[in-house]
Amino acid sequence: MSGTEETGAPAAGTAARTGPPGAAAGEAAPQPPKEHGAGDGRAGRRIRQVRELGILLALALLVAVTTLANPGFLSGQSVRDLLLGATLLTILAVGQSMVLITRNVDLSVGSVMGLSAFAVGVTFVSLPGLPTPIVMAIGVLVGTLCGVVNGVLVAAARVPALVVTLGTLYMFRGIDYWWAGGRQINAADMPDGFLGLARITLFGIPLPAVVALAVVLAAGWYLRNYRSGRELYAVGSEPAAARLVGIPVDRRVFAPFVINGSLAGLAGVLYAARFGTLDATVGTGLELEVVAAAVVGGVAIFGGSGTVYGAALGALLLSTIDAALPMLQVGSFWQQAVVGLLILVSIGLDRLLAVRAARRLRGGGSRGA
Amino acid sequence: MGPEVDDPTTSAAAAPPERPAPTARVGAVGSAGSALRSLLRTREASIVGVLVASVLGASLMVDGFATGRNAGFLILDVTAIALIALPMTLVIITGEIDLSVASTLGLTSAVMGQLWVAGLPLEAIVPLCVLLGSALGALNGLLVTVAGLPSLAVTIGSMAMYRGLAYVVLGDRAVADFPFSWTGGATARLPGTDVPWIALLIAVLAVVFGILLHATPVGRSLYAIGSNDEATRFSGISVRWTKLWLFVVSGTVAAGAGVFWTLQYGSARADNAFGLELSVVAAVLLGGVSIFGGRGALVGVLAGVLLLGTIRNALMLADVSSDVLDIVTGLLLVVSVVLPTTLARVRERRPRPAPPS
Repeated sequence: MSGTEETGAPAAGTAARTGPPGAAAGEAAPQPPKEHGAGDGRAGRRIRQVRELGILLALALLVAVTTLANPGFLSGQSVRDLLLGATLLTILAVGQSMVLITRNVDLSVGSVMGLSAFAVGVTFVSLPGLPTPIVMAIGVLVGTLCGVVNGVLVAAARVPALVVTLGTLYMFRGIDYWWAGGRQINAADMPDGFLGLARITLFGIPLPAVVALAVVLAAGWYLRNYRSGRELYAVGSEPAAARLVGIPVDRRVFAPFVINGSLAGLAGVLYAARFGTLDATVGTGLELEVVAAAVVGGVAIFGGSGTVYGAALGALLLSTIDAALPMLQVGSFWQQAVVGLLILVSIGLDRLLAVRAARRLRGGGSRGA
Repeated sequence: MGPEVDDPTTSAAAAPPERPAPTARVGAVGSAGSALRSLLRTREASIVGVLVASVLGASLMVDGFATGRNAGFLILDVTAIALIALPMTLVIITGEIDLSVASTLGLTSAVMGQLWVAGLPLEAIVPLCVLLGSALGALNGLLVTVAGLPSLAVTIGSMAMYRGLAYVVLGDRAVADFPFSWTGGATARLPGTDVPWIALLIAVLAVVFGILLHATPVGRSLYAIGSNDEATRFSGISVRWTKLWLFVVSGTVAAGAGVFWTLQYGSARADNAFGLELSVVAAVLLGGVSIFGGRGALVGVLAGVLLLGTIRNALMLADVSSDVLDIVTGLLLVVSVVLPTTLARVRERRPRPAPPS
């Protein structure tokens, strides 16, 4: 029976993927980019800056071209809509990035968001007297609980995250459908104060966008300056090595799942506030878009590198593409194809930068791959 | 790291790349990894067991389940998943994944509709569409092997791109005026039975893939690649070439499934089979294939596909709303991976007095 344990454990599985250290030290380059120090180190920092600058440039270019073609694009209302649209994806991308950095993935975020959005609606309907902040807290709590389920299964049962969260994707969605039973909750069922949240602006910026910005900054600060934040990168770079230097790997894997669940819950609450119409299909298929935003933002899918700032920029870029294409008179049918191409270009660029950085570090040595 | 994990690769590395090597290698794995083998047997056996139990349970409890007619519908229902799961098994065993299959299916369907509108005969459209699938698979394969990009990220990208292209080709229209000789022919039954002919094709393909995976040097090399592709490369197997071909096969089969899907439902749409990739992956993983590669058997995958199909079919006949299916699918998937892992840990800790977690 021990065989299952061996490959089932993340450490063993990933070790098998990256290959034995002896082979990695050889002249042939291993398949995954060796940018393990990307969180630290000068070369890594430069890569990150190039990556994030690249997205910013792409974003600026897109906005400039769109504004030239359609001056209305930069009008106050249009920008507010754009920011509101990017809010949910940004919050989800931040949580997803933290999970990805530890070399895991959470495919259940779309379902978690849907479930907590519906929980908010149901609470308003069944307990009309409850103050709005408490209802919002309940929504976030539902997400957190889902995150705990994922985290326990991945960190304690040591089951591959992709499999677990694919399973919970179905489970949470199923629970959502079962709970909703074809019901739909409309704006009329929710208090105006709650629905008005999306219309409140601070210095012209919608409140949800401010919340998203706060989430990005807090997560970025944590990952950059806290010991446990840095350890997430260590775990993602090489779980086995992280364990050997005494990092509590299981705990460092568990926490991002819980945080990601809470953020998905928060996204659900904001969804409910903004759209007001809730059924069991909220957030369906969102998981891959969230992963795409993180990947476009330079978060490596196999862990150990990337920042939440990049992921947030990725989310903003994807949302801007969504908003800009119709204004550029490009058929809306092109939208998804462009996004797909962008993902492929981004990971290609990541690979190229990693190869160049490795060559520089090696003093111009040749690369096998 | 147990010896089981290293076994296929070390023996593969030890074997010289000459003609007698394959048999020697298979033999070595068989004897040294006998513990692993028996484990594999129980893993697949338990899924087949659950399948048999659920078929029996459904036959006893659900009216109209145990009829030939219903069995035919069940098979037609799982056809696309069953077809795509075959190459997906091979891809996942090498430690890669192909999430673009459902989008390939959708794009094939959209192109098929557009070409039909353009006036081409179906005799020409079908091979063109299948060829398109090969090309789409090859693009994935090239990005993974030549550019060295992680397949998870690549196929998330191509998933979005192929689905997007499907919309570009067909928009939100549907083409539904295919001749009945083709649409009816797709779901035709074998003469004198309730079994659709596609079941025969699935069976033949399953045997072909099964032999390829379990009884040929190529198949053994897939396990070696999944266990440790670095070591496999040093042992003289062309890892990149193998993976490239797997992605081509995956795309081709997905396109074939797209052609069948279009004819089966008589409708070419850009959003055909949206989200099917996760169902396929779920069935494969439920069948006991390790997401990290190097482990799994085709029997388990077929049982996994049929198990999900049976549950879905039985629940629908029993008038249980289909949302329960999602819960059951998810639970099965989680339990199927958590249970063996936890059992193994419990067994490992048994000598100690401490209670297992």
